[in-house]
Amino acid sequence: MGEKLLITSSPHLKGPNSVRGIMLEVIFSLVPASIAAVVLFGFHALLVLLASVASAVASEAIFQKAVKREVTVGDFSAVITGMLLALSLPPGVPLFVPVIGSAFAIMIAKQIFGGLGTNFVNPALAGRAFVMAAWTMHMTADWISPFAFDAASGATPLGLLKETGQAPGLSIADLLIGNRLGSMGETCIAALLLGGAYLIVRGIIDWRIPAGFLGILFVGTWIFGKSGAYFQGDGLTAILLGGAVLGGFFMATDYVTSPVTAKGRLYMGMGAGFVTLLIRLWGSYPEGVTYGILLMNLATPLIDRFVVPKYYGYMHDVALRKKARAGGR
Amino acid sequence: MNGKRSLLHDFTKGFIEENATFRMVIGMCPTLAITTSVVNGFWMGVAVIFVLTVSNVLVSALRKQTPDEIRIPVFVILIAAPVVIVELVMKAYMPAMYATMGVFVPLIVVNCIIIARSEAFAYRNPVLNSLMDGLGIGGGYTINLVVIGGIREFLGTGQIVFGSRAFPAKPFFEPAAVMLTPPGGFVTLGLLMTILNIVIQRSEQKKAAREAAATAHD
Repeated sequence: MGEKLLITSSPHLKGPNSVRGIMLEVIFSLVPASIAAVVLFGFHALLVLLASVASAVASEAIFQKAVKREVTVGDFSAVITGMLLALSLPPGVPLFVPVIGSAFAIMIAKQIFGGLGTNFVNPALAGRAFVMAAWTMHMTADWISPFAFDAASGATPLGLLKETGQAPGLSIADLLIGNRLGSMGETCIAALLLGGAYLIVRGIIDWRIPAGFLGILFVGTWIFGKSGAYFQGDGLTAILLGGAVLGGFFMATDYVTSPVTAKGRLYMGMGAGFVTLLIRLWGSYPEGVTYGILLMNLATPLIDRFVVPKYYGYMHDVALRKKARAGGR
Repeated sequence: MNGKRSLLHDFTKGFIEENATFRMVIGMCPTLAITTSVVNGFWMGVAVIFVLTVSNVLVSALRKQTPDEIRIPVFVILIAAPVVIVELVMKAYMPAMYATMGVFVPLIVVNCIIIARSEAFAYRNPVLNSLMDGLGIGGGYTINLVVIGGIREFLGTGQIVFGSRAFPAKPFFEPAAVMLTPPGGFVTLGLLMTILNIVIQRSEQKKAAREAAATAHD
């Protein structure tokens, strides 16, 4: 008796998605970019990737054990944080950089604030911002030439663009395979697009965030990218250089730190693109994807508060109210 | 109330119970700005001990003559006097330290700790208690600054320098420059606050458990 009627609050229908399932799909979508990183930059890139992931998972387990929370490394979210952080690092960094970066990302940016679902910025990006400020020398110089596996002493294409105002002549094919200096996972655009398309098709991420992000970057660079003349900048190169594709598809789309409404997501992507554009064109750093996304992470609660979808029957209510007001007069 | 014990308590409460930085969270501006080394933290702490003790004593001594309506301006004048003394002494005898601390020495005059202790303690308590309060709160603050300064200096430069000596002689890891910047200061502060809160919570829980056990026995 009494067991027949189960009374619960909504939601009553549950889909087959689980945190773990979604995380596994994201990991799967990052595999092409990871393979590309190792193929392009050699064995050291693999070490950076492994060190970062190992440190992220270990940090999560150790912290959760220490504060007597349930150990949730089985949901694989720490693995993603580790992978994303590693993919955003220069391939030649000493291994302590990914290790400390991942530990900072998981412990300080994620677990201190309550763990998965309650972190206020993307942990991987927070970790990257931390190591960037801590070991700037490594983060801006430890490049490796693709396919040659040698330490490269040059500047990245975006760095050159900032210094000389001239983008180096790279063919679209070079950009797509990633034959240029840059962070481990950001150069091979083809692999990133493959992973991003997979996530969009599977419905894991919303196309609006990368679309808004890359769209604003494209249009903004096209309008303002060339000094002295408007509408002549090279927007396509701008979105293919730097970490824009990696950030737009994989980092800005983090569920926890992006808005919940469709419109809000578009605004969030556009905002991140706008901040990135400001930093690239007029700031002192060559690249601003990290800070653009971090800033919009912080603005996400605000967006969620003000971008509220109209509920079903809203127009009907408005009409009724108008009628009532007219009748009252 | 036992007068003597309360004097001792007025001194000791500044270290943990009413720790300026970690419990009352006041006086944060110098805490974050100048704690890039142990030495800076130490001398800032000493300056605050002096100013706080003198201003507490003065405020307390004049508390019956001070009209309630204009007490804040009176406090500010009483605080400004020792601050000027500290500033001139530092300028004369420690010009290098004065140069690194720069504007933060005269800014002690608007340090929240000092005006907060004037208003919350010295204005309502006898001179001797106010003296102990100034020494205790100032002492606790100095320890905070030295600890934060030590952590930031060690992680940010790889060594801790006292005068002409450095420990360790050579950094054995690559120092993280971020620890010397304001974000590093905030992270250090937040983590120390967390640790202190955990320690205090645990000790209170233990105390409560002990008391519960004692009453259960009765």
